[in-house]
Amino acid sequence: MNYQYAEFEVVRNDDRCIRCRVCERQCANEVHKLVETKKGNFMISDETKCVDCHRCVSLCPTRALKIVKSDLTFRKNDNWHESNIKEIYKQAETGGVLLSSMGNPENFPVYFDKILINASQVTNPSIDPLREPMETKVSLGKRNHGIKRDKDGKIVPQKYPSLELNLPIMFSAMSYGSISYNAHESLARAARELGTYYNTGEGGLHQDFYKYGKNTIVQVASGRFGVFEDYLETGSAIEIKMGQGAKPGIGGHLPGEKITEDVSKTRMIPVGSDAISPAPHHDIYSIEDLRQLVFSLKEATNYKKPIIVKVAAVHNISAIASGIARSGADIIAIDGFRGGTGAAPTRIRDNVGIPIELALASVDSRLREEGIRDNVSLVVGGSIRSSADIVKAIALGADAVYIATSALIALGCHLCRTCQAGKCNWGIATQVPELVKRLNPDIGSKKLVNLLTAWNREIKELMGGMGINSIEALRGNRLMLRGVGLTQKELDILGIKHAGE
Amino acid sequence: MNYVIIGNSVCGIATVEGIRKLDKKGKITLIGNEKYKAYSRPLISYLIEGKTDLNKINYRSDEFYEENKVHTVFGKKVVKIDNDEKKVVLDNGKEIFFDKLMVATGSKPFIPPIAGYETVKNKTSFMTIDDAKYLMEHIDISKNVLIMGAGLIGLKCAECLLGKVKFISVVDLADRVLPSILKKEEAKSVQDVLEEKGVKFYLENSVASFEKNVAFLKDEQVLPFDILVTAVGVRPNVELVKEIGGVVNRGIVINDKCETSLKDIYAGGDCAETFDISFGDKRVLAILPNAYLEGETAGENMAGGNKTFDNAIPMNSIGFFGFHIISAGTYDGEKIAIEEDGNKRIFYVKDDLLKGYMLIGKVDKAGIYTSLIRNKTKLSTIDFNAIIKEPSLICFDKKRRDEILTN
Amino acid sequence: MKRVYVNEKWCLGCHLCEYNCAYANVGGINMYLSLKDKKISPNVRIEEKDNITYAVACRHCSDPICLKSCIAGAISQEDGVIKINKDKCVGCHTCILVCPYGVLHLTDNGVMQKCELCTNNGSKTPACVKGCPNNAIVFMEK
Repeated sequence: MNYQYAEFEVVRNDDRCIRCRVCERQCANEVHKLVETKKGNFMISDETKCVDCHRCVSLCPTRALKIVKSDLTFRKNDNWHESNIKEIYKQAETGGVLLSSMGNPENFPVYFDKILINASQVTNPSIDPLREPMETKVSLGKRNHGIKRDKDGKIVPQKYPSLELNLPIMFSAMSYGSISYNAHESLARAARELGTYYNTGEGGLHQDFYKYGKNTIVQVASGRFGVFEDYLETGSAIEIKMGQGAKPGIGGHLPGEKITEDVSKTRMIPVGSDAISPAPHHDIYSIEDLRQLVFSLKEATNYKKPIIVKVAAVHNISAIASGIARSGADIIAIDGFRGGTGAAPTRIRDNVGIPIELALASVDSRLREEGIRDNVSLVVGGSIRSSADIVKAIALGADAVYIATSALIALGCHLCRTCQAGKCNWGIATQVPELVKRLNPDIGSKKLVNLLTAWNREIKELMGGMGINSIEALRGNRLMLRGVGLTQKELDILGIKHAGE
Repeated sequence: MNYVIIGNSVCGIATVEGIRKLDKKGKITLIGNEKYKAYSRPLISYLIEGKTDLNKINYRSDEFYEENKVHTVFGKKVVKIDNDEKKVVLDNGKEIFFDKLMVATGSKPFIPPIAGYETVKNKTSFMTIDDAKYLMEHIDISKNVLIMGAGLIGLKCAECLLGKVKFISVVDLADRVLPSILKKEEAKSVQDVLEEKGVKFYLENSVASFEKNVAFLKDEQVLPFDILVTAVGVRPNVELVKEIGGVVNRGIVINDKCETSLKDIYAGGDCAETFDISFGDKRVLAILPNAYLEGETAGENMAGGNKTFDNAIPMNSIGFFGFHIISAGTYDGEKIAIEEDGNKRIFYVKDDLLKGYMLIGKVDKAGIYTSLIRNKTKLSTIDFNAIIKEPSLICFDKKRRDEILTN
Repeated sequence: MKRVYVNEKWCLGCHLCEYNCAYANVGGINMYLSLKDKKISPNVRIEEKDNITYAVACRHCSDPICLKSCIAGAISQEDGVIKINKDKCVGCHTCILVCPYGVLHLTDNGVMQKCELCTNNGSKTPACVKGCPNNAIVFMEK
């Protein structure tokens, strides 16, 4: 007996269905099927396979389909939620660790939604971004500590390696392997067109994408996949991945079936072998060890490229960040607990880490207190959902943000959260050639460019309203924020006042 | 430039279109011995059938001659070409001068010498609109029609008369219908279709003599009839060129630019001989596409162009009551036959090339096969086993497909 | 001249082009009222084998053999678009005999139909192009 009931129902309006079979052809989960009988042709559906990805809904030319949540119910219980019961059934059946993908969907507070942004009225004029210059360029890296002069009194220019962004948004790490070739190409092309960066993730860099090197951040993770001299030389910055918001404290596991010929070449591992990223870097057990890796990478690239250290937002993040700021890293990237993943143990994803808003505020405050904020730039990610989230993050102290889930949604992801199955109907989180081809990078890159262009416009509008004309002037400007419905403790950590104060 | 075209059918019209591609101004005179605007000869059976009418049968729009600035001389016959003085002489004695001359005189029905033929009342060929009109005036449901010839023309005539006359008999010397395009086995399925509709065939037979409207067949059967249609073949109209020393075999000899052996004189269509690449020699290819392509080629070259037409093959499409037969090329080489659901596909392969084919019944996308012959596609470069089952571009390699789909 | 080009690399074999084409040519107020329970006869058609799929429609050749071969003079070229006059067509199949791409099809009325780049049904962009979810069919000048 199987207690796994269908989570969704496929509702087909048969008056509208013209039996074109696009639903059947496009569902990699094989939910829909045409059955020819003497009485006529019927479309049937195996709803147990449906993941609610909306591929069929989107392509149905007559809008004959909708997917609804099954209202099959367990007896109401405020302690034993439906999900608890279902997961127990699943584990009792399989004996396995539950896997999930994309970000933590549980009902934890979203602090961005409890923060409101200021605007100018009467005493200080707002700025119209359509009429006046508005700067969204951002430079990431160390900043000068005061002015140094030589013995003749001439200023000695101090030039640190940096990343130059036209807008305070970058695409965060997603490996080739976890996402498809076409998804990578879409990101790379969009980054180039927008004047920002995308990130290889820990999967190495496909040969075809070396040409986008100027807009690429190459990652060095615990598995060291695909890392060699050309790789490091090609990127504009190198990111050491210590942790990921969706699964802090654990490594990664890309199953062998996703290690196709091309992925294998890029990762430099045999075809079909599992790609296992260890939980820790086996050579890093202290800030001093981290410093060694930072400087090894700097040495390897002639001190020309900024080094990013990416960590997950965890309980003592401010102390960790303080250490990283002293390790020689140029940029700290912090990934909040809502950050996405191609696959993570459900328990980890849903229960480990802290919200990015709190992590960011406390790190920014700590670094300022210690007088080392200018040692590093801060980049935050982990569920940046809109331009308003970006403005709030910058006002809380970030220099720029990393987005990934938003970018995937722009590429067509419907957050069905079954990436781990490798059968992404949108051609994003899959290596199956027939599915990968569903994402045409001509369309994908255009959508990403559209999204970020739109967000950048909105950022300008929001800044103009506050009377601020550059990202630089917004950064850490927490006076521009007010909380609603937050406790005093929360307000203290965020470093903002309550609305009305 | 002063162009004169003899022949106001497909080849003549194509010559006009060919000339006008390159020369919008030159004077064009088009002489036709019929009094009509150019019409489509193969459509006369459809005219009787009612699938077209006297207006729609016109090959081009009513404005064609005006739009292309063509001076027309209809209902007059050219009786002589004078290439020294560069003029043609009409049957009314009028002379028309030319710089370049196109001979698209077509062909005429062949009337076999049969005793008593002159005693037959109500007889016609089946080639012109006047022939069709003659038949339409003379047929009714009480009439018996005898058709001599079971070729394309004879059978289309039989098809269009079915249901409009009492009885149709078809006599042919050959052992099968459509002998020019079908082999015996395949011909049988066509014969069956027509016999089922009531046509009676007398094959491997011929009319030995007529006595008024009674035919005495070779095998001594006696066939009384009301109307006789003679459709035993056509002969190219080559006399005008032959008289002045132009090289002529069965048809007027032309090269791949459609030039005759005489300076400034071009020819094409049913009166000329064409090099058949599937056959490997010259022959008269009295088919409409050939007439057009030769007319167009001649026209462009007359106007100073440099066009060649060098991939002619015989090809035919014919249908009876929705039953279609398509054939092309020469039936030479290894035969591959496929039959499924009553549809037949027969291919002839030689030297890694498709030489010829016929499709009986299902004929969709046949042009893909035709193009293999015309382009001399090496069969080893395509998925030939797949393509003979189903004509499809998928049988070409990706490169060729991309050329087709993205160019 | 703007033509329809097909990029096999991006074709998903979803067949939507066929339905969009059929609907554009049948007309009506919505697709399901027009096409429900009907066998469609589109001018663009998907060919597929194994994992290869692509759409094929009239290439609108600059040297159109169909036009030159049409025994009824029913095929013409206007501004580069090869059109068929269904009133003149007698269904002789000669165009099928000669078209190297197999893009003319028989209608239920016994005459031929072909892609006219939607110039005959009022769409500015051909319906197959408009409805292709992956830009596998594009309409452009080359």
